[in-house]
Amino acid sequence: MKRTTRRRLVVWGVNLAVVAVVLGFLLAADWKTIHANFWAPGGVSGPDSNWGDLITIGAVNTVKYTAIAFAGGLAFALVLSLMRLSPIATLRWIATAYVEFFRGLPALIVIIFMGFGLPIAIQWTPPGGVVGAGLIALIMVAAAYMSETLRAGIQAVPKGQTEAARSLGMGGTSTTFRVVLPQAFRIVIPPLTNEFVLLIKDTALLSVIGSTFDGRELTTIARDFQTTGGSAQTVTSLVQAALLYLVITIPLTQLVAWQERRQRKATR
Amino acid sequence: MNAVVPAIAVRGLHKSFGHNEVLKGIDFFVDPGQVVCVIGPSGSGKSTLLRCVNRLEEPTSGEVLVEGIDITDPETDLDEVRSRIGMVFQQFNLFPHLSVLKNLTLAQRTVRGRGKEEAIEVARRNLERVGLAEKEAAYPAHLSGGQQQRVAIARALSMDPDMMLFDEPTSALDPELVGDVLGVMKDLAAEGMTMMVVTHEMGFAREVGDKLVFMDGGVVVEEGLPGEVLSNPQHERTQAFLSKVL
Repeated sequence: MKRTTRRRLVVWGVNLAVVAVVLGFLLAADWKTIHANFWAPGGVSGPDSNWGDLITIGAVNTVKYTAIAFAGGLAFALVLSLMRLSPIATLRWIATAYVEFFRGLPALIVIIFMGFGLPIAIQWTPPGGVVGAGLIALIMVAAAYMSETLRAGIQAVPKGQTEAARSLGMGGTSTTFRVVLPQAFRIVIPPLTNEFVLLIKDTALLSVIGSTFDGRELTTIARDFQTTGGSAQTVTSLVQAALLYLVITIPLTQLVAWQERRQRKATR
Repeated sequence: MNAVVPAIAVRGLHKSFGHNEVLKGIDFFVDPGQVVCVIGPSGSGKSTLLRCVNRLEEPTSGEVLVEGIDITDPETDLDEVRSRIGMVFQQFNLFPHLSVLKNLTLAQRTVRGRGKEEAIEVARRNLERVGLAEKEAAYPAHLSGGQQQRVAIARALSMDPDMMLFDEPTSALDPELVGDVLGVMKDLAAEGMTMMVVTHEMGFAREVGDKLVFMDGGVVVEEGLPGEVLSNPQHERTQAFLSKVL
């Protein structure tokens, strides 16, 4: 048997097996119960469906919290990465300790600590109340991860770039901000996209600390609809929330991939 | 008396990387307007010597004076001195995220404090000088190696430097592109630019150089007029090296 013929047979075999498994699952499934629990009519249609709150409050807040946490995390991460690469040992040590500490903790624990612990411990509630405290927690954790990404990006910029800038008489600061960082950011766009998508999903962790009615993000609202409304006692609202998460994340990753291709064409 | 202050004066320069002593007591001088070529086998320390002149490498000991200013003195404003020393690298080191024009204006604006219009004007003049006026909007990645190196020279010239350092400027180029870069360097020399050139281009050294320095094993083995050193080397090591490259 020819090699190509054999390969074609294998491909067909795999395809057939996949179809068989899927078909078998579809036939065996109890569609009535699935429909009632995962896509309950009371939650997905009609003027009192879950969509209204999920989209106008939940999705909007999820995007808003992600944007805040990402912007704050990135700014903080930049400071941390520059500290880690600083010639001053104390700064390096502090940044390293910070990164190791927050990378090693579950974000959930940091959020709970900031949300409930901090107001008790130092009698201070950050702006935005409990959600604000949760966002600070997300920023602190995200910064630890992103600073490592940025550091790798900065170190990936060839040494000759710094040398060229310095030999033109440029100082350390303008060399960093005008020559090194613009190139480093370009290098880290793919991993930073990753961090951004992770952060979108991490905002769901804020659901454990509660919030005002209008401050709820997607998961919080979905959880609320498990006890109230037309789809109570089912997971319909969570399926809806899941779809909305995908509506946010997939176009975003595609957009960044497109932008990345465009930029590579221009400068490479 | 009209004592000329050397453009570059290096005395007793030592440089070690860890336990590896790369420069073992170098005395080296370049007078204003002079073109000094430095040749030698790889590992001879010639690039390290050049990089010590604008302190991209930190001298271990010894004296490096640029126009009489001690660049190893912590009181010296190193950025200011560097802005008067143009440097051209083997690997060009253009800023890949900036257009050709921005490559030329960045340091003019941040270091020289020139306005946008003036910086662009100076940049265009220097692009013209290296024959690349039409490439100002291009990004470095879209240029050939020879074009990139000429842009790098124009970038250095845009700072109106008093002298230029060339670190094997044609070593990374395809052979057919070397001529364009050497042509620009010859023009510069003819205009009276002070130049220190680490190179393997013996033809350039003979034709353009005022002085040729041969280095080997971290010391200056022999120096003199390029024609004499190249055709009648006195030292055994110079003879051995030249017999291999000529």
